[in-house]
Amino acid sequence: EAHSLTTVRKPHFDKILIANRGEIACRVIRSARKLGIKTVAVYSEVDKDSLHVKLADEAYCIGPAPSAESYLRMDRIIEVCHRSGAQAVHPGYGFLSENATFSKKLAAEGIVFIGPPASAIVSMGSKSESKNIMSSAGVPCVPGYHGENQDPDFLFEKAREIGFPVLIKAIHGGGGKGMRTVTTPTQEAFNEALSSAKRESLKAFGNDTVLIEKYIERPRHVEVQVFADTMGDVVSLWERDCSVQRRNQKIIEEAPAPGLSPELRADLSSKAVAAAKAVNYVGAGTVEFIFDNDTQQFFFMEMNTRLQVEHPVTEMVTGLDLVEWQLEVAAGNPLRLHQAEIPLVGHAFEARIYAENPRNDFLPDSGSLLYLSTPEPTATFATPFPRVQSIAPSSALSTSSPANEPVDVSPSLRIEQGFTQGAQIGVFYDPMIAKVIAHGRDRTEALRLLRKALDEYHVVGVSTNVEFLRALAGNESFIAAEVETGFIKKHYSELFPAIQEPKPDLLVQAALYVVLRDQTNALNPSLGSPWQSLSSRRFGGDVHERSVTFLTENSEDTIVVRISSSAQRGYYDASVVKPNGETTTFKSIPAQLTSSTSLSSTIDSVLSRTTIVSQLPPPGVPASNSPNTTERLHIFCNGTTTTLVLPPPKWLLSLAGDVLSATAKRGIRAPMPSLVVEVKVKAGDTVEKGQAVVVLESMKTETVLRAGGKGVVRAVGCKNGEMVDEGKELVDIEFEESA
Amino acid sequence: RCLLNHIPKTRGGVGRRGYHASVLPSLVSTASPEFQARSMAMDELVRDLEEKMKRAREGGGLKAAERMRNKGKKLPRERLNLLLDPDSPFLELSTLAAHEVYPGEVIPGAGIITGIGRISGRECVVVVNDATVKGGSYYPLTVKKHLRAQEIARENGLPCIYVVESGGAALPHQANVFPDKEHFGRIFYNQAQMSALGIPQIAIVHGISVAGGAYVPAMADENVIVANQGTIFLAGPPLVKAATGEVVDVEILGGGLMHSSESGVTDHLARDDEHALVIARGIVGDLGKAGGRSVPPVQKAEDPLYPADELHGIVGTDVRQPFDMRDIIARIVDGSKFREFKKEYGPTILTGFAHIHGYEVGIIANNGILFSPSALKASHFIELCSQRQIPLLFLVNVTGYMVGSKAEKGGIAKDGAKMVRAVACADVPKLTVIVGGSFGAGNYGMAGRAYSPRFLWMWPNAKVSVMGSGQLSQVMTTVSKDPAQHASLKSEIENQSTAYYSTARLWDDGIIKPKDTRDVVGLGLGIVNRERMQSRGGRVGGSSTWDGDGKGFGVFRM
Repeated sequence: EAHSLTTVRKPHFDKILIANRGEIACRVIRSARKLGIKTVAVYSEVDKDSLHVKLADEAYCIGPAPSAESYLRMDRIIEVCHRSGAQAVHPGYGFLSENATFSKKLAAEGIVFIGPPASAIVSMGSKSESKNIMSSAGVPCVPGYHGENQDPDFLFEKAREIGFPVLIKAIHGGGGKGMRTVTTPTQEAFNEALSSAKRESLKAFGNDTVLIEKYIERPRHVEVQVFADTMGDVVSLWERDCSVQRRNQKIIEEAPAPGLSPELRADLSSKAVAAAKAVNYVGAGTVEFIFDNDTQQFFFMEMNTRLQVEHPVTEMVTGLDLVEWQLEVAAGNPLRLHQAEIPLVGHAFEARIYAENPRNDFLPDSGSLLYLSTPEPTATFATPFPRVQSIAPSSALSTSSPANEPVDVSPSLRIEQGFTQGAQIGVFYDPMIAKVIAHGRDRTEALRLLRKALDEYHVVGVSTNVEFLRALAGNESFIAAEVETGFIKKHYSELFPAIQEPKPDLLVQAALYVVLRDQTNALNPSLGSPWQSLSSRRFGGDVHERSVTFLTENSEDTIVVRISSSAQRGYYDASVVKPNGETTTFKSIPAQLTSSTSLSSTIDSVLSRTTIVSQLPPPGVPASNSPNTTERLHIFCNGTTTTLVLPPPKWLLSLAGDVLSATAKRGIRAPMPSLVVEVKVKAGDTVEKGQAVVVLESMKTETVLRAGGKGVVRAVGCKNGEMVDEGKELVDIEFEESA
Repeated sequence: RCLLNHIPKTRGGVGRRGYHASVLPSLVSTASPEFQARSMAMDELVRDLEEKMKRAREGGGLKAAERMRNKGKKLPRERLNLLLDPDSPFLELSTLAAHEVYPGEVIPGAGIITGIGRISGRECVVVVNDATVKGGSYYPLTVKKHLRAQEIARENGLPCIYVVESGGAALPHQANVFPDKEHFGRIFYNQAQMSALGIPQIAIVHGISVAGGAYVPAMADENVIVANQGTIFLAGPPLVKAATGEVVDVEILGGGLMHSSESGVTDHLARDDEHALVIARGIVGDLGKAGGRSVPPVQKAEDPLYPADELHGIVGTDVRQPFDMRDIIARIVDGSKFREFKKEYGPTILTGFAHIHGYEVGIIANNGILFSPSALKASHFIELCSQRQIPLLFLVNVTGYMVGSKAEKGGIAKDGAKMVRAVACADVPKLTVIVGGSFGAGNYGMAGRAYSPRFLWMWPNAKVSVMGSGQLSQVMTTVSKDPAQHASLKSEIENQSTAYYSTARLWDDGIIKPKDTRDVVGLGLGIVNRERMQSRGGRVGGSSTWDGDGKGFGVFRM
């Protein structure tokens, strides 16, 4: 009896090293702390002030910002292990987490790799090998023909064996080229598609070899969390659904997968356990399946040999701490629970908040978290559930869904976040800011919690997908669990409604914010002389009025909001004048700032507490009509974010115009915060007009800065790989007088 | 009425005493027909006042405003708004100056806006030429209003900001504008002396500033000019051509760029009106220790217990109708608390201590004709306030000192003189609000204009003249036999005694609405309670005669 209580449990490590950064490093550190294990963080030069460094007991710098020179440097990490005395390394996800070499090197140094054996990593790292192993272990793979025989009749025969519809895919293909779907099960239709695919493939890739695969029209991404100990025991911690994806990356995950019958769940789990066993797996792993919504069939895709980003949803529904389990297994202890003892309670969602621009094809964004305000999490770890009475403790292989007695779930919210306000996001590393995890009694409750949490998640400084996630979590089809990998494409117009012009009441709130924050005693109206307390009183019946002008980010037209103090202190009259002259008036609005970023006001009998964050342009940058050289207000209201630009006054533009024309004559400055990709000149060089001088990267786009005229480079003020602020002088060029 | 209802439960300082013995009761019956009638009459008067002020604020009217706007200029009141701190009060002075004074000419506010406002957290006197009114030229009352603003600045140590756009003296009126002691030249005399006293003089030139007007910016300690808009010259191009034959463009002769880069007449060159005002706000922010500092009130302000609206029904518009001044005080002072001094003695005058907006104040208010005991009591009280350095507030509703053989035998002239002497020599700032009549010698004893209160405000119903209209009729019949002449003289004197007549001629600092009294007086107390910076000669303010007492010079423009 391996799980007997009488077995002497092996002790945990005393100290572990976390070879990662961001939220996962913090996550591992927290679990280790809970268990009394000391933690060692490693960090790159740019991460010296990050949260994981602060949380860890010890921290070591392992190199400059680029991953290849820091977080991927096995030698340095091993050296830190020796210096700090760490007995094991937790690799997190990404970086070295699925690197068999690293695992082997650690083993050679006598350090434990908290993860599967190198052999399992290698087997699962190869697509073809893993499929062969799975097939022989009885795990279903996507039916298809991957052979050399390209005879059309033979291929058609194969297609019939696989069953229509089928996909014809060029083996060198990509980006949809050389790919055809055949739904009509006739030789004619098949041949036509085949020759067309071959032609296109030959043209594009110089090779017309194709493969035939089963085509799944409405696929879902369903994965099973498995756990294995060193004694060969494997359990399933049930499945997750991660179907809704963008750019082939997950953004929202849930557990359990909606709409699975208990039989199907048991089937999936047992296949996943079989897959793990087939490679003598140890630790936490995920077996990914493609699930056909129409036929309810599932096929093996791949196995991830690490703790995944979305592991918290599994933790929430099982009440377990998977990092703790990893540490247990790594210490050589058996699994804590039998299959039949593993709970599955309620429903959990995880939404990943990324610095990206959903409306611009989800392109990643980078920058600094100027303002970060999150909802208050209610939990750090999953709440453990009462131990389920094992029905058949001996049948460890029975992976039927747990026949749990109803367990009361109190709704909970977890936030896994690796950064604090002020941190740089997405410049050198992954642009994920945080994960918001909601757990409720059922799917709709969990979604409701998630929506509320997203409404309260406010970021300024980088564009994020928060608003998109909010729209997704509130989408009717998503609520109805009609998930599939093509979800975003299918529901695009609902998820991306046309950008609304800001409504008058929102504009009034923004204007009131500007008016109120400029009041010297806005947040402290108590003491002082009547010259402070009497606000804008005029005694001849005159009223103080202030005009606030706004621009929206996507329009050139200015909107003017006039705010005047009404007779009663703390009350304001407002009128909004839209570019078309349309005027909306509001009378006697009570308004006050309750903090430097929150406005409380009642407009048309609606009391709103709105978060408004002012983003000032970097000081020293001359004002211009470009929005990033002027103040912007970010208004968070009812789950939507509106950005308004406060255009600089004419005189400021005029002054800045002088500065800009003076600096344009000399040297080259960074037009926006960016990464210097390449400096193409050195001091003393002669440059011609239009010659490329510096290549910058910002918002994942490269910009080439060119010389404005013929001249000589006097000095170079930046180097490759450096992050530069807007307005920073990159190269000083002395132009020829004639230019 | 149960006083216990008004017991403050947890008010700081007085909480220990359980209740405040000096809370004034309100014995006013707001439902009575008399109250209602008085209230309606005063409402009507206040509405009329608001209407007149509204017209005055419009300045030279829409066309003139449009002309300014078309030149890319801000209107005078827009300039004022941008100059002041957002959400700060503005205590405008003599809004109705020159009201119906010049026959055939409408000169709203005498073509100039003056007042006290906050700039960069400091109280300043602001003088704005209203170029929509006759191009901002100086009429006799324009000069008087400008000089009064400077006087207030000097007495209270307030920095002066001149927002300049003026063609100088109104030529047809030059005889009443230019030559005399209190005429145009006095503006620059004052600027020079205030500068020497450490009271900063700042000018912003938004438009034409010619001849005499050119000296306002030239005499300023620091100034700003708007490029391609402001001009400063002693003579304009036509006069230059006539005098020397030189043909010259306005900008070259006296434009902002020339003065900022060549002559050095101006210190800052602004791109537009808004920019100039931003620069001026910056200048005030950098005034350092010059111009003194405001002193916070001694305690937290408390609202009066009774609504200020009721003042209308208490006072009414007929100055012959008596009312209890305690009902006024109860609606003006903090917590309606009035620690009355010598309550039982000389009851036709009220004296006592109170707070307004947290500032200490000694109040002298009329409750009838002044008798000897009333005059002695007031003199005693003024001495107390002088010793304690508590400013005085006069609430005026006085028909005069008692007449008749009994009073004369009792030495009313001697006792009245004591009071007048005490008022004249009081060692504390005085503020006067005329809430009813201010007649005869009572005007002197109650700190009329001649007694230089720091501020003097009138309610719209107030009357000021040598005697009340009742007495006037009687006097008339004794001195003249022609009834027609009586009637015309009586109506002329009555017309001359109104608040509008007074305020049009700068006999006061403006008409205020009864409801605003508490706030206006509070702001005034905030001004008179300033900590004054010691000037180099060791003296501050005071006499404007300057004969070698070591006060030195101001800031020379180099």
